[in-house]
Amino acid sequence: MENLERLLREHDFLKDLAQPQAASLVSCVKNLRFESGAFLMREGDEASTFYLLRRGRVVLEVDVPGKGPLVMESLGPGDIVGLSWLFPPHRVHIDARAVDPVVALAFDGGCLRGKMEEDHDLGFALTRRLLAETYKRLQRVRLQRLDVYANP
Amino acid sequence: MTARTDPWSPTPTRILRVRRETRDTFTVELEGQNRAFEPGQFNMLYLFGIGEVPVSISGDPGNPDVLVHTIRAVGTTTLAMKRQAKRGSALGVRGPFGSAWPVRAAEGDDLLIMAGGLGLAPLRPVMYHALRHRQRFGRVTLLYGARSPEDLLFRSEHGRWARKDCVVEVTVDRAGPNWVGRVGVVPALVDVTPLDPARTTAMLCGPEVMMRFSVRTLEARGLAHERIFVSMERSMKCAVGFCGHCQFGPTFVCKDGPVLRLDRIARLFGKREI
Amino acid sequence: MENEGVVLSREGFAALLRALREDGYRLVGPTVRDGAIVYDTIGGIADLPEGWTEVQERGRYRLERRTDRALFGFAVGPESFKRSFFAPTVSLWRARRKDGSFVVLDRAAEMPRVALIGARACDLHAIAIQDRVLLEGPAVDPSYAARRRGAFVVALNCGTAGGTCFCVSMGTGPKAASGFDLALTELFDGEDHRFLVQVASPEGAAILARVPHGEAQKTDLEAAERVVQNTASQMGRSLDTTGIKELLYRNLDHPRWDDVADRCLACANCTLVCPTCFCSTVEDVTDLDGEHAERVQRWDSCFTLDHSYVHGGSVRPSTKSRYRQWLTHKLASWIDQFGTSGCVGCGRCVTWCPVGIDITEEVAAIRSTEKG
Repeated sequence: MENLERLLREHDFLKDLAQPQAASLVSCVKNLRFESGAFLMREGDEASTFYLLRRGRVVLEVDVPGKGPLVMESLGPGDIVGLSWLFPPHRVHIDARAVDPVVALAFDGGCLRGKMEEDHDLGFALTRRLLAETYKRLQRVRLQRLDVYANP
Repeated sequence: MTARTDPWSPTPTRILRVRRETRDTFTVELEGQNRAFEPGQFNMLYLFGIGEVPVSISGDPGNPDVLVHTIRAVGTTTLAMKRQAKRGSALGVRGPFGSAWPVRAAEGDDLLIMAGGLGLAPLRPVMYHALRHRQRFGRVTLLYGARSPEDLLFRSEHGRWARKDCVVEVTVDRAGPNWVGRVGVVPALVDVTPLDPARTTAMLCGPEVMMRFSVRTLEARGLAHERIFVSMERSMKCAVGFCGHCQFGPTFVCKDGPVLRLDRIARLFGKREI
Repeated sequence: MENEGVVLSREGFAALLRALREDGYRLVGPTVRDGAIVYDTIGGIADLPEGWTEVQERGRYRLERRTDRALFGFAVGPESFKRSFFAPTVSLWRARRKDGSFVVLDRAAEMPRVALIGARACDLHAIAIQDRVLLEGPAVDPSYAARRRGAFVVALNCGTAGGTCFCVSMGTGPKAASGFDLALTELFDGEDHRFLVQVASPEGAAILARVPHGEAQKTDLEAAERVVQNTASQMGRSLDTTGIKELLYRNLDHPRWDDVADRCLACANCTLVCPTCFCSTVEDVTDLDGEHAERVQRWDSCFTLDHSYVHGGSVRPSTKSRYRQWLTHKLASWIDQFGTSGCVGCGRCVTWCPVGIDITEEVAAIRSTEKG
């Protein structure tokens, strides 16, 4: 358990989280490994997990009939995967596939929601991090959709 | 500036080799004729009877025997160049013109080289220079993005650069399932790069929006504008400050630029329709 | 030679022009054509706009008869001397295809020397400004240099201010201070019509020595001084240049730019009549069999969409941004680029704007409504 707590506090997403708060999260988290090619989650599944990537690369992809899967974004160590666990109806929007051997801390979404409700200070700390991460990803998507390298 | 008396007059220069780079981009190697250049400078290339375009020099500044230009075929002149340029024929050359990347001032620093699309072309001379004089620099990192894996320039060289103690991070905006590299934008690569703001010199070239977004991420990492250099693009006809087309506020991109230190243009960088 | 003590009669002035022609100069001076006073090649004083003046206001220009026989009794017409040195169309070079390559053919660079007759202080400043751009930078424009080299300048201290003149605000006139060989002030004393001549160069002194002239009296010097003082007091416009660079740099997003954009037609008239505007473009042309090619340089204007075209589109698609570019370049960034204003206060852009946009009014509007 101490080992998990250390792993949590080492991850970029939870950096500088107070020790008691990190300790309280340990009961919601597992350290998981995925083979290359394995899916961390698939579109339409129940969204029950929040991942903090520790090693390896994960791609977010959408299957487009006639075109096959298109990769929207790749994520790596320090990144988070999955936000749908936060909001009803807790349904996964996009496929997340490991393209390397991946190691990730996997939170049980229900457990994490419970902790955030129970302790609003913890809830605020996590919400702020989630918002920052979401904002960063939103900025990237904005630039990406500008398609700046396209032929005029 | 060249020693030639007439800055308008092109010098006919033989093509040694033409190489296809991507679907719309090709590289022309011309006889060097001992034209020394500094990384970041450009030449005006003239196709007989068709027109003239500014093209950055993408070759090795340590090799004056060849003059290398990587050209994207997008307009009348460059499309015609793509069709007509072949070994043994000639292009007119004026130059080299413009300011250079601060490769000497940055000695002792970490180099953070950020390129988008064709923007790698004017930065490749920096890579050649930095790798030739590797001990003069700290960390050398290339962050490079393109539209798709097929649009990546100089792919065969990325591995060679990485083997010479240089970090090469590549990303694309979009990819199919067979691409195992990164998918995302260049600024996202800054987040995976160690950066010491006290000893990093950043050099950026790519579409202006890509540079603007990248600058914002560098600012967030504490890098001062004095340590950020961008290569600007504007319309150019003369390349020597006569024609007035390339003005960016008080800056003539042709002779004060194309490489500009960000603090000197920050007032206008990102301002609409300047 | 006396520095400012020579008087030329009308006949003496005519002899001066003849002497210049004898020396091989092409005389370029004011003459009436198409209802305006333009600068063109002249033969002698018979071609000058004797007894004419003009009435100028924003968007308006009209010739009127004077009551005297003044040869220079007007302010400035639509054209400056810009085209004498910075020609509207120039063949930069010709080339011929050869062995898969090409050769650039030599071209005659010698141009006949010109003598400017009656150049105003504002226009002399404009020439000095263009010299900085095309002669005194890191590169020299050969065509400009060939035309400019050896030019003889007969300046004319203004005896009449136009309705759109503001050289006093710009510190450029109405008295010529430099850039000439001889400077004239046109004087009338009843029927007696003569010129006080200031000599500023050995070439000027040499040619003056060959024409009949007299000693100036103290009264002539005083009369000449009164002429320019009177002109200075008649300025049709004024422009407050205090901190103007910073003012404009601070106000790139001022709503006044939208206001002017609603009126501006982006017709480029202002840039064509401006004596300092130097933008040009090039065209590459070939003959029918494609064996010969030529590059031609033409005047261009920052009011065209093409001016800022980079692959994919124009950097300045809106009229607002193009007007802002022109005005801020002229009055602000020019100072950073060349150490002087790009405006000499000649007022041509005000007179020749088809919708009467007035640069002095636009700056005043920005100044008075700047958000502090």
